[in-house]
Amino acid sequence: MSIVVSSISQGILWAVLGLALFLTFRILNFADMTVEGSFPLGAATTVALIAHGTNPYLASLAAIVVGALAGLATGLLYTKGKIPILLSGILVMTACLSINLRIMGSANISLLNQKTIFSGSFLQGLPKYFDGVFVGLIIITVITLALIWFLQTELGQAFIATGDNAKMASAFGIKTDQMTIMGLMVSNAMIAFGGAVIAQNNGFADINMGIGIIVIALASIIIGEVVFGDLSLNQRLVAVVIGSILYRLVLLAVLQLGFSTNDLNLISSIILAFAMVLPQARHFLKFDKVLNSLGGKNHD
Amino acid sequence: MTDPVISLKNATVTVGNQTEILKGLNLDIYPGDFITVLGTNGAGKSTLFNTISGDLELSAGSVFHQGKDITKVPAVKRTSFIARVFQDPKVGTAPRMTVAENLLLAEKRGSKRTLRNRRLTAEKLDHYRELTAKMGNNLEDRLQTAAGSLSGGQRQALSFLMAIQVKPGLLLLDEHTAALDPKTSAQLMDATNHQVVDNHLTALMITHNLADALTYGNRLIVLNAGNVVLDVAGADKDALTEENLLEYFVH
Repeated sequence: MSIVVSSISQGILWAVLGLALFLTFRILNFADMTVEGSFPLGAATTVALIAHGTNPYLASLAAIVVGALAGLATGLLYTKGKIPILLSGILVMTACLSINLRIMGSANISLLNQKTIFSGSFLQGLPKYFDGVFVGLIIITVITLALIWFLQTELGQAFIATGDNAKMASAFGIKTDQMTIMGLMVSNAMIAFGGAVIAQNNGFADINMGIGIIVIALASIIIGEVVFGDLSLNQRLVAVVIGSILYRLVLLAVLQLGFSTNDLNLISSIILAFAMVLPQARHFLKFDKVLNSLGGKNHD
Repeated sequence: MTDPVISLKNATVTVGNQTEILKGLNLDIYPGDFITVLGTNGAGKSTLFNTISGDLELSAGSVFHQGKDITKVPAVKRTSFIARVFQDPKVGTAPRMTVAENLLLAEKRGSKRTLRNRRLTAEKLDHYRELTAKMGNNLEDRLQTAAGSLSGGQRQALSFLMAIQVKPGLLLLDEHTAALDPKTSAQLMDATNHQVVDNHLTALMITHNLADALTYGNRLIVLNAGNVVLDVAGADKDALTEENLLEYFVH
């Protein structure tokens, strides 16, 4: 049982990444590679600060700032430097590798015997892994509600329009470069914050912890879409969270089949590829049309 | 005499090695003008629109808005007084947003977008229903449909409504009926004329349809090789025939 709770806890904590990537991948319509750098950047910043005696809540907030800066760098390279978004993201991601080593001073730092946001006596009193579920639920609720609120504001609608049709958006006076930069900053701030929380939950930060996280975050988005089909924008945010939990449970099932944790990245990629191919396969086999309205990449 | 809404003085656009697309073009657009713009391909019609909207920089010359030099004002700032409808129905609307959301977005053209709720209220929807009903193509029944799922004619009618949602100082219509079938095209042209006349809009309309150019508007210009070769208004325009016009279509 505790292994299932552990998976659910992971799913909820990692859902932050799915929501963050939703902003760029589904709303702005591009894949932002920066996340593979901003995730360990947030983790490194927070863990290094905690190791130097900083309050864990303050240290977690610091991750938000550095994540936003990483997003800003990618955004400027893309909008002002006219470097394609994929390459802009890869440049910042690669730069983060060195920055993270500088921040941590070594390839990994342990949080053994340090105070983290999971150290409270109430959380420690909960059964194993329930601390992650509890903290994760609070974080994910706040973030989901904040996104729902934001996307319904005038600015949020301008942000959506930018990703939907940039030419039309600028014809109506929307500064599309600013919207893109803002999206990248908010998204990477969330990713870095996710890194900070997950590192504290794991009890360490590692230089390689960012590898493959874009696949995990995408998997939660796509699984949510494949499972729930046609939804409103607000519902789709919730679907991402559920997708993230489902992804962890699928992973758990696969591990139970006898695969080792070394196979995780391979399995993650296969799960994502499978979930992304499924709509085409269904269309090909003429099963149903529920999936045709997923939006995203295939619209004009 | 009133100031022109937009005035082009010696507008010149050069690309590459001295290929001039606009050659010192002069044009004054007065309030209430509904000008049809004719010209062969390559005559400079789209370039003219792009220089007015600010999407293209002038190599020489100036653009004035109500007497103020706006040559250096970027396109996104000019949207506070210039609206545009493009030929391609896909360009003018956000495909994944609903018709109502698109209209709401257009209401903020040129003004600041803040962190206030967008307020898509029931009154607003009623207003949109009235507005879209005037286009005569059942758009009013599809307010909650994503713009990407509309027919080409409906989508272009929506683009047009969005452009005039906030009354623009100048409306640029860039062959906005050209991508539609003849019947739908005629219907949108008729609706366009009604809206422009009823709302006293100032508009420039590029068309390749000589009959439309003669029927609609109070003024007609013909571009050729980067300059205005014919500029007629009122009774002079009414006296023109398609045969007359064809004389100006020389390379």
